[in-house]
This record gives sequence, C-alpha cells and structure tokens, in this order.
Amino acid sequence: MARLTPARPAPWRWAVLTGAGLYFLVPLAASVVFTVDVPGQGVTFDAYTRILGTEGFVSSLLLSLELAAATIAVVLLLMVPATVALRLGAPRLRPVVEVVCSLPLVVPPIAFVAGIGTVLKWGPEHLSRTPLFQTFVAIQNPDFPVVLVLAYVVMALPFVYRALDAGLRAIDVRTLVEAARSCGASRTQALVQAVLPNLRGALLNASFLTLALVLGEFTVAQLLGFQPFAVWIVNVSGSQAQLSVAVSVLSLLVTWALLLALAGVGGRSRTASRG
Amino acid sequence: MTSTEMTPPEMTPLETSTPLSRTDEVPAASPKRRRRPTDWLAVVPLLAFVTLAFGLPALAMLNGAFTVKDQATGATSYTAGNMTASVQGAYLTALLGSVKLSAVSAGTAAVLGLPLAQAVVTSRFRALREAVLTASGVLANFGGVPLAFAFVATLGNSGVLTRHLGLTDKGWDLYSFWGLVIVYLYFLIPLMVLTITPALDGLRAQWREAAQNNGATTFRYWLHVALPVLAPSLLGGLVLLFGSAFAAYATAAAMVGSSVPLVTLQIADAISGNVLVGQENVALALSLDMVLVAGLVMAVYLPLQRRSARWLA
Repeated sequence: MARLTPARPAPWRWAVLTGAGLYFLVPLAASVVFTVDVPGQGVTFDAYTRILGTEGFVSSLLLSLELAAATIAVVLLLMVPATVALRLGAPRLRPVVEVVCSLPLVVPPIAFVAGIGTVLKWGPEHLSRTPLFQTFVAIQNPDFPVVLVLAYVVMALPFVYRALDAGLRAIDVRTLVEAARSCGASRTQALVQAVLPNLRGALLNASFLTLALVLGEFTVAQLLGFQPFAVWIVNVSGSQAQLSVAVSVLSLLVTWALLLALAGVGGRSRTASRG
Repeated sequence: MTSTEMTPPEMTPLETSTPLSRTDEVPAASPKRRRRPTDWLAVVPLLAFVTLAFGLPALAMLNGAFTVKDQATGATSYTAGNMTASVQGAYLTALLGSVKLSAVSAGTAAVLGLPLAQAVVTSRFRALREAVLTASGVLANFGGVPLAFAFVATLGNSGVLTRHLGLTDKGWDLYSFWGLVIVYLYFLIPLMVLTITPALDGLRAQWREAAQNNGATTFRYWLHVALPVLAPSLLGGLVLLFGSAFAAYATAAAMVGSSVPLVTLQIADAISGNVLVGQENVALALSLDMVLVAGLVMAVYLPLQRRSARWLA
C-alpha cells in the first residue's frame, strides 16, 4: 500500500479531522443531551427506561429481526450457490449476474415500492376469483409480511454480491472443490465443508450488511403500510419526541458497534489475504 | 468523455478445459462433465427470483406509467399523459428541487470528503482508519430515520443547539433547503470517503517523490499529478453522491414539515392517493423519471470507475 507519510506533523490533517469530528459527533452528543435534559424536568433518564415498556417497541423490533433473519436466509441461499457456480464452471454467466445484482441500484427504493404497490393492487382487481388471490393475501399478512422479505432481498443483492465476490476472489474455489472431491466428498459436502468455512468472513459481512439494511429500512415498509422498527420510530415521534430520539441514537450506535466488530474480524482476514 | 474505449479485460482465471479430450483420465473427467449443467442450475433460482420480485414490479411501473384508467368505464388505455404530467407544474418543481438539492449537497460533500479521506488515508493510526471507514459504511448506507431524528434533536425547532444558541432568532430553520443540505452531508461525506479512499490508497509515494525531485511544491504536485489521476474517481464519486441524494426519502420524510419540494416526497404523496382525478398513475410516471435519472447516473459512473481502476490497479 502506498502511503504519503510526511516526516513532519501536518497541521491541516488535525484541522480536517477536528472539523469532521465536530460535525459528526455534535449531532450524536446533542441527541443524547436532548433525551436526558428535558426542558422543565431537568436531567432524567426517563426516555431510556421507558423504551422497553412503550407500546409497539418490542413487537416492531421483533418483526424487524424476523424480517432480517428471513431476508438473510433467502439472500444467502440464492447468492452463495450462484456466486460459487460462477467461479467453478459458468464464468460466462458472470456479467449477467453482475448486471442483475446491480439493477436494484438503478431503481430507487421509492420507485421500487411504487411498482410493488401496483402489482399488489392486481390481486383484488384482476385475480379475486383465482387461487393466486390467496397468495396475494398471504404475502401481505401484517404479522409477517413476506412481500417485505421479497423487496429486502432484492435491495440487499448489490451489497451481498459485492461481499461474496470479494470473499471468493481471495480463495481458490476450484482447487478447494477438486481437493474435496478427490478425497471422496460429494458436491454438496465439498461446498458446505470446504468452501463455506473459507467464506466465513464474507458470509458474516453479507449478513451484517443485510441486517443493518433491514433494521433501518423505512421507505418500502411505510408506503406498503407495515410497521417494522424504523416506521415505528417515526410513528412514535409525534407523541414522544425524547423517546424516538433515544431509540434512534441507540440503534445508530448498535449498528455501528456491530459493523465495527465485523471490520475487526474482516480486517484481519483481509490483511492475511493480501500477504 | 468517451466511455466505450478500452474496457479492462474481465478477469477470467478459470480455464475451461474440454473434458472429452482427455479420455485417459476417466475418473477426473466424469465429474467435470457433470459440472456444466449443475453450475447453470445454481444460477437459475437467483435469476428466477429477481425476475419475479424485481422484474414484475419494474414492468408494472413501466406499464402503469403509460396507462390511464377511465373511472367511468374502468377501461385502461395507453397514453403519454402521465409522463407529460410528471414534468409539469408542482411535479416539475419537485424534480428540479431534488436535482438542485442533490447537486448542491453532492458537490459540497465531494469538496469536504476529499480532504477528510486524505487525512484518514495518510494517518499513521490504523485504528483511526478502521473506525472512520466503518463509521462511514454505517452512515453512508443506513442513516435514514435515526439520522433525521439526530438532527431534529440538534438543530430542529426545539433542538439542543437551537435552544442554547438562540438560532431561531438568527433565522435558522432546519426544514429549509440548506437545513436539508446539512443533514444530507451527514451521509454523503461518508459515502465520498468510502468511494475515494481506494483511489487515494493507489496514489504512489514515488509519484510525489518524483514531483518533489523535479522541484514541484505540494500545490503543484496536487494540481498536475494527484488530481488528474484522481479525476475519474472524483467525478465518479460525485455522480454516485448525486444519485444517492436524489433517491433519499426516509431522511426527508422523517423530518416532517419539510417545506422543500422533493420528487421522492411527491411520489409518496401520490402513492397515498393524493392526486388529481385521471392522474392516479402519475406516481409511477414520476418513479420512471427517477429510474431514468438513476440509470443516467450509473451510465456515467461505471465507465468512470473502470477508467480509474486502470490507473490505480
């Protein structure tokens, strides 16, 4: 890695870092102050202690976590075999998969949800007498809206593809599979016991990115009328400003800590692969 | 800029051997022969899923953008009316508002993000680099609602800074154009740092040394060596930031009371049924407008990225 490390200390660097630090930390600090220093009540930690007991917190967070788990499972089940296959024997499909996984970047979530809404309206309008109608009702079950999982999987594709592709780039899949095969493993065994353990970092990376995406997703859920975590925060903010800010700060910090921990894990393997 | 020239050759380290030619290696050849169809099949579920979950809504949007439903008869007919309506009146104002907001905040973020990235890249503390890059990853992709609320708590009408510094008397309003720019910078600067860091990493120390040996000052080094090499990455980053700001909805929507007209807010409004009779599909037409802009962004970004990869490999 090329570094321009000057021998003398550079004052501009400290100026830039201090400025950036102020801009990025002040809103976080001010949010914490906002939640504990309520006008007319003095310093109180009420906003934090109330979180658990507030109507909808547990259910919306649980819904988000369930959606995240389902999304991660589906996206990995779809993407891992596909990306491994691209490395093994179907390199000509690579540009196709690459384009397919980048398409969601061209359609902003709000445009995507406008399309989904239109499709969902076909249910009552055209299909009410066919068995398909039951499917349309089922995927919109507010207890577990499958339609959100479908949307989130699509939205996670670019992140997951990039994470898995980077992971696969670092290992020699073909040699691994052939070694496992010549030791008598079946194709599935070779994939599960030889390739996947070597992809641990990439799989973790993809899962955490998807988790963060689903936990913070607002646009699609709100416009389709469901209430997972992010939508709940906005809905509760009208009546309980302190509480919504407290939850926001907590969720930002938790996501940050999760990804930082991940960077610690991933960083080590990345340096190792670089040699 | 000529975008079609010299695509770097796609990395294909996998030589495809013809299994039937090696008849003497029967045990090794037989799994290889079976590999072809199986590998194809592994990609099929992904393509099928995307066709269903992404293709269907996309087609519905495309179709809806060009159809109108007659309320009296219930019959649908094809028309360009939605698209025309989507670039007129309040919708045009919203589109232009989005473009202006995205351009201003992307430009500002690019100018501020570059020195920050350079400061982080040249830092001797590895932990600082990791922390900043990870934080950038979080803020760039997953800000949304929490971000909006952090700013409402800080600079909103009853925000901490607003109250303690008496900003309202000085004419401060978070729910204005510049208020939104300040909030957007919070996820755009990190995105810029993420995009430009690989390019900064690729600047060779030898280039600076060579420039210095030839008597160049730091300023002249940046002007004649570093910036020209970085230019494709910088432009690419700028375009990406524009697209990201253009597509942002959650932040603006969570900051209720925003009086800034934005196309994303207009689409949400129209989806919720807030439209004139005969323009029910205008939300889809507006969405198509957005897709066109985003497609344009990608069409500019991808060639630029390839170009910069050529120098900084």
